[in-house]
Amino acid sequence: MHDSATVHGETHNPALLHHFATEEQQRDSANFGMWIFLATEVMFFGGLFCAYLIYRGWYYNDFATASRSIDAALGGTNTAVLICSSLTVVLAIWAAQTSRRGLMLAMLVLTMLFGATFLGIKGIEYHDKFVEHHVPGSSFDFHDPIPDHPGEFVNPQHAQIFFALYFVMTGLHALHMVVGLGIFTWLLWAAWKGRFTPEYHTPLEIGGLYWHFVDIVWIYLFPLLYLIDRHK
Amino acid sequence: MSMATSTGQPVERENYLNKHYGVGSWLLTTDHKRIALLYLISITFFFFIGGFFALLIRLELLTPASDLVQADTYNKLFTMHGQVMVFFFLIPSIPAVLGNFLVPMMIGAKDLAFPRINLLSWYLYIIGGLMMLHCMLTGGVDTGWTFYTPFSTAFSNTKVIEAGLAIFVAGFSSILTGLNFIVTIHRMRAPGMTWTRLPLFIWAHYATSIIQVLGTPVVAITLVLVVAERALHLGIFDPKLGGDPLLFQHLFWFYSHPAVYIMILPSMGVVTEIIACFSRKRIFGYSFVALSSIAIAVFGFLVWAHHMFVAGISVYAALVFSILSYAVAVPSAVKVFNWTATLYKGSVHYDAPMLYAFGFLGLFTIGGLTGLFLACLGVDMHVHDTYFVIAHFHYIMVGGALMGYLGGMHFWWPKISGKLYPEGWARLAALIVFIGFNLTFFPQFLLGYLGMPRRYADYSHMPEFQILNVFSTAGSTVLGVGYLLPMIYFLWSMRYGKPAPDNPWNAAGLEWKTQSPPTTFNFEEEPVVTWEAYNYEEIDAPHPQEVPVAR
Amino acid sequence: MSGHSTSEHSKSPLATYFAVWIALLCGTALTYYAAKLNLGVFNSAVALTIATTKALLVALFFMHLKGASEKLLKVVVVSTIFFLILLLALSMADYGTRHLS
Repeated sequence: MHDSATVHGETHNPALLHHFATEEQQRDSANFGMWIFLATEVMFFGGLFCAYLIYRGWYYNDFATASRSIDAALGGTNTAVLICSSLTVVLAIWAAQTSRRGLMLAMLVLTMLFGATFLGIKGIEYHDKFVEHHVPGSSFDFHDPIPDHPGEFVNPQHAQIFFALYFVMTGLHALHMVVGLGIFTWLLWAAWKGRFTPEYHTPLEIGGLYWHFVDIVWIYLFPLLYLIDRHK
Repeated sequence: MSMATSTGQPVERENYLNKHYGVGSWLLTTDHKRIALLYLISITFFFFIGGFFALLIRLELLTPASDLVQADTYNKLFTMHGQVMVFFFLIPSIPAVLGNFLVPMMIGAKDLAFPRINLLSWYLYIIGGLMMLHCMLTGGVDTGWTFYTPFSTAFSNTKVIEAGLAIFVAGFSSILTGLNFIVTIHRMRAPGMTWTRLPLFIWAHYATSIIQVLGTPVVAITLVLVVAERALHLGIFDPKLGGDPLLFQHLFWFYSHPAVYIMILPSMGVVTEIIACFSRKRIFGYSFVALSSIAIAVFGFLVWAHHMFVAGISVYAALVFSILSYAVAVPSAVKVFNWTATLYKGSVHYDAPMLYAFGFLGLFTIGGLTGLFLACLGVDMHVHDTYFVIAHFHYIMVGGALMGYLGGMHFWWPKISGKLYPEGWARLAALIVFIGFNLTFFPQFLLGYLGMPRRYADYSHMPEFQILNVFSTAGSTVLGVGYLLPMIYFLWSMRYGKPAPDNPWNAAGLEWKTQSPPTTFNFEEEPVVTWEAYNYEEIDAPHPQEVPVAR
Repeated sequence: MSGHSTSEHSKSPLATYFAVWIALLCGTALTYYAAKLNLGVFNSAVALTIATTKALLVALFFMHLKGASEKLLKVVVVSTIFFLILLLALSMADYGTRHLS
């Protein structure tokens, strides 16, 4: 006989899945599961950070020169945009916890707007790189002088490695943003449908965890990619 | 009702197999037991494919000349043998089949924490598998299962991208299984099932899951980089473009070394259960075995560059990794000692599962000790990339992991299928596997030591190696027969086998308190555990008795 | 096991959220302007320190790691970082000593 009836005297929330004994167990499991998934994502990006670390050590001047050619102001703006989106996420969850439906929906929409803004700015950056022929491949062309090294020019192959890492790292990050937007579209729909209550808003919590993680990755990407040797 | 002992009931009770019928009820199931069977069928299919490639390799090596296949084809054969066997058979095998089936039952749960993610894991495996199949049927890959750059990224004319993506997808199957197990083991244990009362099979799977979760993403991103480099000529791994081929190897082996522990740890868990049951004794040194599993998982991440001793890493790094590789052998040795001590003064029964466990003990020990040979820099200089290495890892993967898998399949078959397999045939098969295995792989130690390189189709400049290769191929035929027999009699038993009692072995463990086969939700009522693991002193072997369960 | 939903906090978490948000924005500005100063070898260290502080703020306060009733989640985070550092450090054991070899 499945425990589809009352559990421990509480009335049974339809969101409680049959294999869990209590809602708390279900929520804790979902939370824990998402944290472990984020651990896998740390290792996933970690491989790229490892490659970056090694080549930055090997080709510092070439990397620094290449880094100067990407727009730090846009990168910084994007960092601020994501930070604001993380705030709107926690506010959305707080709104769910305190039964503020309007605020919850507004914060979810704002989060998605910030996310879309991020992607828009990223699009501008990629476009600039494409136009300047800084995209690795057959049309790659980068011959900037190395700052503070008069007469020396960057090694284009080493610069290409920088840009390869730039595109793979920010591209993978942007892909995660897109997935995040998809998740929040669903969360918005579910919130609109009234699925979230102060007692049950686990999908918001774990969707939020994912979003914050994507923010944290960018917090590291920004200084590492955009700010190498900017004082020259 | 399901808790009562029975010596087999003529009327079929409702269980997870007969509860729902129809393809849809299987393909859309979230029952961990059905998903385990879906995996069983899928991995067996890939085992045949990997085995087929092995057969062709061994047939080619019967003669020194490259006369059965050309070198390019031979390169594809050993590559695809490795990829299929590692990624589509060994890594899923025990966790996806026995783990999925047993982990919830052993801890007293109704299912895993995330049943739908469990099903997703299987679908990801199938998608990856289909991609791999397509890749193999439309040309294959010839880079070696290790995908070393720059050959794989810049020179190979084969379907590297497709194979890389197939393994990428299958990797996520592995990650999600690991994630599911970790959350399940933490959150879904029945009341009274404390960490120190868990079967060591669970500890082994917990350790395995840690590796799956932390290691697999690194090989995933590495494969992404290989695919990107091959498609876009990026230069990350290409020395001509400023890249470092060793970076690929570092990133690849960071996962692929711990991966071998993904393959062996579950098998160790199985062997622990079998040895306790068939010695009628609790495991000697429970906490040592449990902590050794965790130690193997952690230490396993520290040793990867021992695959790169001759690749061009700095000698100082090689020294560090060599020392660490010696250290990683210690927890495995601890386990071997504990198993042996468990056998001592036990009441040993030689049923088929135990024969496999004994085989494991001997063969894993040989495999493990030869690993230490390889950890020694001076020796590795000479035997790296020879058949010594091949023999070493086949002793562990086949003599260890696969024996454990077969032993586990026999041990839990009555629970899984509700039928008894024919014991006589099973013991014969175990013997044939053991003999066939040693005949196949022991000569390879000698071949490697004498200098025969691996991955060579043509060894006609060393014709003296032929006799050992012939032994090896003969052994592989015997081994093949040994593998076919269980497939035949397991299938036979599903139709004609004697109905199994709930606990045919009088084993300890919550899974044996369920029906054979279990109902969909495993337990009628949530069990409350008040006894320690492996309480064999309370369970008599010859006369099955009901073990009290607090209700 | 007591629940850890943040709605049971005695004071509203809003103040914390906004404070963290301001701190994160300041940290971003700080990173940007510090990069323009010549700090020699410390430029990277400063940038990474600020980034790590920001990441910790997000993890502890936005991801509610600080209020978590069990240590388990913190163990997950620490172990993951440990293994990532392992990858980086042991790779550097090779790359950092090749020129000596």
